[in-house]
Amino acid sequence: MDKFKIEIPEFALVAMVGSTSSGKSTFAQRYFKPTEVLSADFFRGMVSDNPDDQSASKDAFDLLFYAANKRLGNRKLTVIDATSLQQSARKQILDCAREQNVHPVAIVMNLPEETLLERNRARTDHRIPDRVVRQHARDTRRCVKYLRRDGFSFVYEITSQEQADNVEIVRTKLWNDHREDTGPFDVIGDVHGCCDELEELLAKLGYEKADGTYRHPAGRKAVFLGDFTDRGPRSMDVLRLVMDMGKAGTALAVAGNHDVKLLKYLFGKNISRTHGVEETIAALDARDDAFRMEVRSFLDGLVAYYWLDGGKLVVSHAGLKQEYIGRSSGKIRAFCLYGETTGETDQYGLPVRLNWAAEYRGNAAVVFGHIARREVKVENRTYCIDTGCVFGGKLTALRYPEMDLVSVPARRQYYEPAKPLDAQAPGEDLGDLLTVEDFNQKMHLETALGLSVDVHENNAAAALEIMSRYAADPHWLIYLPPTMSPCETSKLDGYLEHPLEALAYYRNNGIATAVCEQKHMGSRAVIVLCRDADTARRRFGVQDGTRGILYTRTGRAFFQEKETETALLDRLSAVLTETGFWAEMETDWVCLDTELMPWSEKAQGLLRRQYAPTGYAGIAGLEAATAVLAQAASRDIPRLDPEAPNSVDLTALLTRYQGRLEDLRRYKSAYQQYCWTVRNLEDIRIAPFHVLAVEGRVFQDKTHVWHMETIRKYITGRDPIFLETPYLVVDTGDEASVQKAVDWWTALTERGGEGMVVKPETFTAWGNGRLLQPAVKCRGREYLRIIYGAEYLQEDHLRRLKVRSLYRKQSLALKEFSLGMESLTRFVQGEPLYRVHQCAFGVLALESEPVDPRL
Amino acid sequence: MLLTITYEGSHTQDLGYLLFKNPDRPQAFSLSFGKAYVFYPEVSDARTTAALLLDIDPLDLAKGKEGSGVPGLFDYVNDRPYAATSFLSTAISKVFGTAMSGRCDKFPDLAKTPLQLTATLPCLKDRGDEELARKLFEPLGYTVETKRGLLTDAFPEWGMSPYITLTIRGKVLLSALLHHLYVLIPVFDRQKHYYTSADEIRKLLSHGEGWLAAHPERERITRRYLFKKRGLANEALERLRQTDVPEKDAGEDEETEESEETEETPAAESDDAPAEQDKPVSLNTLRMEAVRNAVLASGAASVLDAGCGEGRLVALLLKEPQIQKITACDVSVMALEKAAKRLHLDRMPEVQREKLTLFQGSLTYRDKRMDGMDCACVIEVLEHIDLNRLPALERNLFGFVAPRTAVLTTPNREYNAVYGMAPGSLRHSDHRFEWTRAEFAAWTERVCATYGYTAAIRGIGAVDENFGCPTQMVVFTRNG
Repeated sequence: MDKFKIEIPEFALVAMVGSTSSGKSTFAQRYFKPTEVLSADFFRGMVSDNPDDQSASKDAFDLLFYAANKRLGNRKLTVIDATSLQQSARKQILDCAREQNVHPVAIVMNLPEETLLERNRARTDHRIPDRVVRQHARDTRRCVKYLRRDGFSFVYEITSQEQADNVEIVRTKLWNDHREDTGPFDVIGDVHGCCDELEELLAKLGYEKADGTYRHPAGRKAVFLGDFTDRGPRSMDVLRLVMDMGKAGTALAVAGNHDVKLLKYLFGKNISRTHGVEETIAALDARDDAFRMEVRSFLDGLVAYYWLDGGKLVVSHAGLKQEYIGRSSGKIRAFCLYGETTGETDQYGLPVRLNWAAEYRGNAAVVFGHIARREVKVENRTYCIDTGCVFGGKLTALRYPEMDLVSVPARRQYYEPAKPLDAQAPGEDLGDLLTVEDFNQKMHLETALGLSVDVHENNAAAALEIMSRYAADPHWLIYLPPTMSPCETSKLDGYLEHPLEALAYYRNNGIATAVCEQKHMGSRAVIVLCRDADTARRRFGVQDGTRGILYTRTGRAFFQEKETETALLDRLSAVLTETGFWAEMETDWVCLDTELMPWSEKAQGLLRRQYAPTGYAGIAGLEAATAVLAQAASRDIPRLDPEAPNSVDLTALLTRYQGRLEDLRRYKSAYQQYCWTVRNLEDIRIAPFHVLAVEGRVFQDKTHVWHMETIRKYITGRDPIFLETPYLVVDTGDEASVQKAVDWWTALTERGGEGMVVKPETFTAWGNGRLLQPAVKCRGREYLRIIYGAEYLQEDHLRRLKVRSLYRKQSLALKEFSLGMESLTRFVQGEPLYRVHQCAFGVLALESEPVDPRL
Repeated sequence: MLLTITYEGSHTQDLGYLLFKNPDRPQAFSLSFGKAYVFYPEVSDARTTAALLLDIDPLDLAKGKEGSGVPGLFDYVNDRPYAATSFLSTAISKVFGTAMSGRCDKFPDLAKTPLQLTATLPCLKDRGDEELARKLFEPLGYTVETKRGLLTDAFPEWGMSPYITLTIRGKVLLSALLHHLYVLIPVFDRQKHYYTSADEIRKLLSHGEGWLAAHPERERITRRYLFKKRGLANEALERLRQTDVPEKDAGEDEETEESEETEETPAAESDDAPAEQDKPVSLNTLRMEAVRNAVLASGAASVLDAGCGEGRLVALLLKEPQIQKITACDVSVMALEKAAKRLHLDRMPEVQREKLTLFQGSLTYRDKRMDGMDCACVIEVLEHIDLNRLPALERNLFGFVAPRTAVLTTPNREYNAVYGMAPGSLRHSDHRFEWTRAEFAAWTERVCATYGYTAAIRGIGAVDENFGCPTQMVVFTRNG
């Protein structure tokens, strides 16, 4: 016997309908996965411990639909196993399907009444009265007729047990689902009868005309976004061209609102003859029936949207909300054709559109048309490519997956737009407004370096506060620098940190070459500079007319007074122009990682509130103490028994206090090394050490020697403000080379230098299968007085201080480094603001985690 | 950390008997936080000086005492081991406890006789308050001498140090001198090495016996000695039986007092106008009332309080039957915690609780939770936002949240002159700007033109003929 085929969409909400004892549950269990079936009995049992307890039904169904909604939300086929014989019960299922934009399917178990009665009588468990069974059977027979009308997309009826045993469920793809089609595609915006421009565009895209249609030698496919006709001069030719390409398999097309209207006309319905449809109708009427029939069936066959290339591309006339992707319903079709409006009208009398693109957070690129603007509008991976050709704009194609734009200008304005192409609808555009939901909850950030970072809610809250209150315009924050761990604690006497440990770390992880860079003691400054304010506006979306910024490691503008910032940026720009940086790097912006000196410029508050007073109090207090001790020690008093309780040797005490005083004096000169008064710009020094990114490129694939040399070539050595960073390349396996590094560090720190940073040869380095620290710092003995206190070198102190754990710091450093690279990459790849900002936000959130601030 | 006490006159070696410390025998004492040494730099018939020197391990302060498992209280880089602080008070009471009680076994009369005494404290932190030492010690009969140096000689522009070397001279009882120092040293420092507990009241009253009640600065002494534990301070003042202590607007003073500490990370301060000028009704109270009245006059039944701080406005609005729904948010988690506490959120009756939604939110982020309220209040918030971020706030508030009514307040910069503030200075360290009346009006006009609102501006607080009111308020009403 042939199988009874039941075809249902692979994503569907299936309702089993039928009497008790009709074999619904058996059927569902047999033909669907156990996890797909939600049984009312099961949920009744769950809430009441008794699967037959009808009084528990309300709670049970609440729970059942809660589960159903979760499954459907994840785009999982779901089967509801309940009698569903009552209209109200089925309505609940249909409402759920409508809400979830999923096809509702009914499988009705309409078995003969006698079979049901027999089965019921044979039951030993929950047997029910015959009259109830009869009533159920009657209800089943009646409802079968109404199920389609009620709204079920597909209805299948099983009338015998034999049939029930011989079913084959065939799961079909949705019509929209062409995920297996990987293109590549050329998506073309609203044509509106502009066939001249369309032909020119196809030629420009590389299509060739052969056998009466267009084909691409590389097998690319054109994708038309609908609205083929109306307003333009050659609507019929456009239809011809699109239909021919469709037949030849070289194009796909989705329906636009104008197409649907035309279809209505072709089906003989009354339509309002506005928006340029009258000429189209006249032209159609002038054609023969065959053409009209062809157009009718072509338009009738258009889907509302296509889901392409493994789900990475969606094309639709008016766009598609994230939650609609991969689903289908009348509501979705309407959205694809018309978009969604707020119900209000704007100053041009046009409906105000709901800006779904601003809320779009999907991974698929959504390419659409419908709303004509002068330029393509990219927002959160959505691309509106209707550039108003018929209104005198241009016809644009988006090449996928390349994501570049190709357009041809309109030969003329064929139609006067109701709203100028340049008009910005108020409220339409979120622009630089970030949405709080992207930042105020637990975040999971994947990075290209392989490390994924979880940001917890409370850290996100801290970051939200800091960002809101202190950070610069988020458009600028394409990178926040990571924290840096010190090297392992030194085993040498008298040292807390020493280069041997830093170099050993890399050597033990298989890194043969390390680069030691002098560590400047200033404040970290990230510089983003554009060639001009226009670039800043266009590339970064910064609207206040500035061309760049210097910001701190927490994203705060370095200079509150704009004049200094502007002047510094101008000086940098002059250098970059002079050295040919812009031209040679083929960029009009750059992001640099730098250290800005003096330290006192940014840390003035800290210095005046903490460092200087400590030095003052220490010296004043210990000077007074040594003075009275000296005076007392010089008194001629009888030497007391040193064994006596409480006795004190004043001479020894004096020596100790003199030592402490000396420590304080050294501390003072240590912190003062890094301070000088900035009278004007000339007193500022900036030492760049990473050329992080330019247009199209993040330089994480370059070596540190490349970074140093590039900086030397293009930035330092011309303007005294920009300071070169001395560095040393070390062979970590060669004793002499290592010793050279130690000597270099010793000389550096004895002159008062902060120390050095040791980096692996490459910007990102792996060792023993793990991402390695991108850099470790190795700080000088004197410098560390600023960190651990003036007297930290006292033997007893050093012993206690050497007990320290770097684990958290190192883990944070790796996460923050990964996020920093990720945000630059996202920015360079043109990802939406919120995606870039999430990384910067993540770094800030991580920085709110408790970690020993002295590391 | 050092204290020297000099006795001048004749037979001054008797200072040793008074202090119970032999001038010829330097001694060490173990204290919980380190060591104290007592020795005599000079001993003669005419003049004898005793020194109390503290030896505090800086690392113990930062890391906690080795093996104690107790974490440190202070930063590694800190003046605590060197400046005169509450450690010294503790040491005085431990080392000179007997002398403090007025006992002298050898010369009982000497202990009851006022002597010519000089006490010197190098490095006492008065934070540049030039008058403080005089105000504290002169009423007690001392002549006061202070010396202050540059914070650092290398950078004179960093100003003077916050420390003085204090020398006080007077004819006083030794025990009185010790009691005075015990109480007054922490009054300078305002930072204690131990947590202030209720026991402190007892200590303060016992060491202050006989002089504190009559001291003109008793209020400040009490408040600062008790380290801003307002509850304790009030209790203590009560016990001093002073009926003329005026009731203060809670919190008002505290903000001003704390302003220096909070410079880097200002807590969600609810008020910033210098407190002194605001008595008897604080500007903050006037402001909240003005805002409430504007909200009620707008006919609003639901209110968004964006930047609610500690929830003062929310508390007012909760009492209004006209207001059915309040959505309050602040970007500061700490402020929200304070608000929850202040409003007793955890035991608010359900009917009231359901009216109120409280969450962390920022006006520069699009946030749908802020939508749908009749009236939005943005009270003393603008000035905390960088000027170049204001457009984001404007677009968000007027373009998206778009309430029918919006009430905003911000300081009137012109009025700072009335407070006697230096030109160019702002009322709070976190203020990014303050507007003159003209600037505020211009901004208001621009918002109206861009977003379709009509505005009415008025001042809040005492009117000055030339400078207007301390606070300016605008009520925006959406057109159409």
